[in-house]
Amino acid sequence: MEILGLWNYWIVIVMMMIGLYIVMSRENLIKKMMGLNIFQVSVILFYISMGKVEGGTPPIIVEGAKNVVYSNPLPHVLMLTAIVVGVATTAVGLALTVRIGEAYGSLEENKIVELDREAEREATGKAG
Amino acid sequence: MSTHVPALQVVVPLLSAPLCLLIRNAMAARVFAVGVTWACLAMSAWLLHAVVGAGPIEYAFGGWPAPWGIVYSVDSLNAYVLVIVSAIASVVLPVGPGAAAHSIAEGREHRFYAAFLACLAGLLGVTITGDAFNLFVFLEISSLASYTLIALGPRRKALTAAFSYLVVGTIGATFILIGVGLMYQMTGTLNMADLVARLPAVEGARTLLAAFAFFSVGISIKLAVFPMHQWLPNAYAEAPAVVSAFLASTTTKVFYYVLLRIVFTLFGVGFVFEELHLHFLLLPLSLAAIFVGSTAAIFQKDLRRLLAYSSVAQIGYMTLGLTFANLTGLTGGIVHLFNHALTKGGLFLVAACVFRRVGSTTIDGMRGLGRRMPWTTAAFVVGGLALIGVPGTVGFVSKWYLVLGAIDKGWYGIAFLVVASSLLSVAYVWRVIEVAYFSEAPDLSSRKDAPLWMLIPTWILIGATLYFGLFTHLSVGVANQAARRLLGIAP
Repeated sequence: MEILGLWNYWIVIVMMMIGLYIVMSRENLIKKMMGLNIFQVSVILFYISMGKVEGGTPPIIVEGAKNVVYSNPLPHVLMLTAIVVGVATTAVGLALTVRIGEAYGSLEENKIVELDREAEREATGKAG
Repeated sequence: MSTHVPALQVVVPLLSAPLCLLIRNAMAARVFAVGVTWACLAMSAWLLHAVVGAGPIEYAFGGWPAPWGIVYSVDSLNAYVLVIVSAIASVVLPVGPGAAAHSIAEGREHRFYAAFLACLAGLLGVTITGDAFNLFVFLEISSLASYTLIALGPRRKALTAAFSYLVVGTIGATFILIGVGLMYQMTGTLNMADLVARLPAVEGARTLLAAFAFFSVGISIKLAVFPMHQWLPNAYAEAPAVVSAFLASTTTKVFYYVLLRIVFTLFGVGFVFEELHLHFLLLPLSLAAIFVGSTAAIFQKDLRRLLAYSSVAQIGYMTLGLTFANLTGLTGGIVHLFNHALTKGGLFLVAACVFRRVGSTTIDGMRGLGRRMPWTTAAFVVGGLALIGVPGTVGFVSKWYLVLGAIDKGWYGIAFLVVASSLLSVAYVWRVIEVAYFSEAPDLSSRKDAPLWMLIPTWILIGATLYFGLFTHLSVGVANQAARRLLGIAP
């Protein structure tokens, strides 16, 4: 029962692993960025579920209400910042991807590595 | 006014970054940005002077006291790091992106200064903040700025280097975020001083172990501790020359400082070394970093790649000092942070000078450089000697303390290995010197040294490696005080 009771954390862990797996296994740079995003979102879910108190309401003080349980608002606020950071990271990452696409004509990592090697071979060939 | 210096230290470069975007003139933006870095240096010097004399300073933002508001707390350790970071920035920035030659389009230089100042603000923020979540935010500010700076490199490979750094760096930063979250879950606070007070109550909980694991692995990725160093050589070798001089001598140092904070201040020696036995893991990794990094450096064909692998090895020395967890070893680690910043900054500027005149930094292209660019090559020789650790240079001072630290601990084998590893640095430094002085130059017609505005910053840093090698009062004195504070020994 205890394991099921923590189901939101299980979802966080599963999403985290999916994200990390995509980042590591995919060759396509756009897919890598997607994996990174899933990974970051899992952390946002983790913080949000941490702040939730069972039976808790939004922390707004209402006159006359007594014995009210409030949810913790701080993790939510922190996640606003983390979302902004995530958006900025994605923007920089995609901007770099566009530039890589322009410079190499490909977004596949193995192709890019190959192109780099070829360029290096040519450069040393010229020097020698 | 002077009470607000801790806040201004970060706010000034942070606000100046967008101002640089508004100044659409390259020259004006440059003068402005250099002025800002000098102001940062003045403020951090003032802070260091104040905390060494009168003890730690706490600054609460908006008047909100510690556990609720965000505080900046300055003590002798982070004031020391602040001085290093802003000093390197103020010496390196005047060289400007022009050293990288053609890597930035005409009319867009002002954006370079904006990114540089944002990166500086992030690094200073990471160092000065007393709030765990704030640390993450500043870390991301500096990282995002450094990805863009690296991507400005002259070759297209810079783009892929920046991209893979972005992927790895984001994973590292997110790990730190998870670590902070787990700590918050256990203690309900984000303030570091408050965390120190509350963590012992929950010691032994598995969540706390996970928090420490996530936090320290995240930091280790950013610090490029041995098996997680893969991003570093590409990033440093492909970035514009000035950028690699700045990043190589500041980012890893700032994250070393964060690692010290986590291990010694937040979790404490008892938890980290006596319960977790971190040194069983970190000690072999540090030694592996030293030997693998130095050996890899010997086989590089490119000067900047050689210096980058040597950085991996030098980070190994720093983490080695941490594992000793005694006063001498820790002093050695902190002094090495200072010394290595000077040495690597100077050497990467040498690489920038070479790039400016030769057009590449391949070691092959440096043949006969001793006659073509005597001042630049001489700077490399002095910097190389400091890397090896020859007496009279800063490298000797830090290795001396590291060896003493190992002997204090009774680890004679480690002390021997530290000395032996210097031989490997002799090998890679000598390779460059041999090519530069003892092989025929392809043509002696272009007998022109680097321009004076590049040589002066290079020699300021290289000269400092000599100065602090002989007069250690300032560097070792403050490092010793900082190490005492970390270990909780009364001065």
